[in-house]
Amino acid sequence: MRKSLLALTAGLLLAGSVSAASAADKLKVGFIYLGPIGDLGWTYQHDVGRQALVKELGDKIETTYLENVPEGPDAERAIEQLVRAGNKLIFTTSFGYMDPTLKVAKKYPNVHFEHATGYKRDKNMSTYSAKWYQGRYIQGLIAAKMSKSGVLGYIGSFPIPEVVSGINATILAAQTINPNIKVKIIWANTWFDPGKEADAAKALIDQGADVIMQHTDSPAAMQIASERGKLAFGQDSEMIKFGPKTQLTSILDTWGPYYIDRVKAELAGTWKSEDTWGGLDSHMFAMAPYTNMPDDVKKMAEDAQAAITAGKLHPFKCPIVAQDGKAVECKGGANLDDGQILGMNFYVKGIDDKLPGK
Amino acid sequence: MELIEAIVLAVLAASTPLLIAATGELVTERSGVLNLGVEGMMIVGAACGFGGAWLTGSILVGALFGIVAGTLMSLVFALMALGLAVNQVATGLALTILGIGLSGLIGAGFVGERITPAVHLYIPGLTDMPLIGRVLFGEDGFVYFSVALIVGVWWFLYRTRAGLILRACGDNHVSAHALGYPVLRIRTFAVMFGGACAGLAGAYLPLAYTPFFIPGMTAGRGWIALALVVFASWRPGRLVVGAYLFGAVTILQLHAQGWGVGIPSQFMSALPYLATVIVLVLLSRARTGGSTAPAALGTVFVPDR
Repeated sequence: MRKSLLALTAGLLLAGSVSAASAADKLKVGFIYLGPIGDLGWTYQHDVGRQALVKELGDKIETTYLENVPEGPDAERAIEQLVRAGNKLIFTTSFGYMDPTLKVAKKYPNVHFEHATGYKRDKNMSTYSAKWYQGRYIQGLIAAKMSKSGVLGYIGSFPIPEVVSGINATILAAQTINPNIKVKIIWANTWFDPGKEADAAKALIDQGADVIMQHTDSPAAMQIASERGKLAFGQDSEMIKFGPKTQLTSILDTWGPYYIDRVKAELAGTWKSEDTWGGLDSHMFAMAPYTNMPDDVKKMAEDAQAAITAGKLHPFKCPIVAQDGKAVECKGGANLDDGQILGMNFYVKGIDDKLPGK
Repeated sequence: MELIEAIVLAVLAASTPLLIAATGELVTERSGVLNLGVEGMMIVGAACGFGGAWLTGSILVGALFGIVAGTLMSLVFALMALGLAVNQVATGLALTILGIGLSGLIGAGFVGERITPAVHLYIPGLTDMPLIGRVLFGEDGFVYFSVALIVGVWWFLYRTRAGLILRACGDNHVSAHALGYPVLRIRTFAVMFGGACAGLAGAYLPLAYTPFFIPGMTAGRGWIALALVVFASWRPGRLVVGAYLFGAVTILQLHAQGWGVGIPSQFMSALPYLATVIVLVLLSRARTGGSTAPAALGTVFVPDR
């Protein structure tokens, strides 16, 4: 799920810096990025994936990317620009590119499209995303073990299902360690504003939280936690540089293997429209090394990761009790099913806050 | 008690870049020039400020880099809007877009690097006082400077002859010109002062607030500074109130969420802008007494030679 940042200027700014080399007969693969590749977070990780792709298949393909492409009508033009430039497989890496991608896909049935984190597909348009809530569950376990105050601080971006399911997974895990754990949630209402993210981290710490987690993109919260001698989790990318004694772990977006798989399929002529929602078992994301914690906590985290990877542990194992005390219908047998997680719009019991808009 | 102190400290830190940038823009607008490029000048100031501090290890050098960068950006504006009499609104918007792109280019080399942030004042005894100690005697240099700056600007505008002339240019450039004052030169200096302040305000973010540089890190603070000048109805005293009020609302809405107060955070985030609109309406209703916009604001002046 992605952001609509810089809305004010973005409309005027189709600041696409195009990087491409010319070569005959090579498969052309295009990427549309939301932010600059130097954002240290979301877009940066997609570009790391692209670089892995080039390293692996560089002799057979040629990649092009457009960065700082705003979501909305401009995106459609940018995607079409890649099509006209001869790209046969195009990755659009933000939620807001969903409809523009679909529109262009209908117009060019011979070009294949891959849209990240969306839910609309077509015969030449796939979607791909990751089950980050699995990582959040591990973070919840660690947080509950490491918190002395019993209060966790959570910085949310927007109250969308992806973020809400992350909060729920965190708290469900934490409750298995400390049934009375509290979580304070602050919505920044932005994906990216380092100043505001820092302010939110300060407010959470001032109100007694001693482990900070974030679902926003900059390392600001990590750096504040480090300054105040608290603990924190990174987001999207490795942030240990901003808190060498602070970062417990970080959910790392690792798109490389997926990009390589899909391009190989394209080269082999076996590409089909698919819906990929991969977890720890599929290498769609990884956990940064478990640091700044005692060995027993580290072992617990590693065991949980192994159990989730092996499919023995499911973060949303039934019964799940919602905030209002009612048990949630269990559509997936022993667990909530994917649809329930993808559309999650309730808090679980144990969270005092009200979900915005509820 | 400690929580109150923590909140006040956070409010001061959040308000300082707004106050510095808005002070500069206030002087610019008082001379009759509307420079909408504050956001662009800020972000270039942030990139250059961080670069300077990262290369030399000195926060002061970083701040100077920020000031120089902001001033250079404002000179581009002055050349277009004053020298060539191009539409000021369009030029200002273009300056913001230019700044956002330029800062990414300048900053590309040191994204992901970190520096030691600006030190906070510490006076044994005074700083340790409960409640007010750290608020009054434990800030970083930028906070003290921002207060000195706005006091200085107030004194300049209302207590010096030069300030009077600057205001005259903003209210009626034809008369000021007829009296023999070099309107364009005065306006150029005012624009440069605005650029210097915006550059410093931008540099404050990576030097003191979050000690790293990421493209787009000003995240709209330049636009808030512009709104603040209107909110303050172009008066330095009200600007101080406005800047701290904006900062306070920003911080308090975060705390309110942490406490679980049931006000939608989106509404709280929008509150400062709502306040600006209300002030604008009130100002236009009450024409008596209140100082409204400089009469020549945003109008092009080409002296007849």
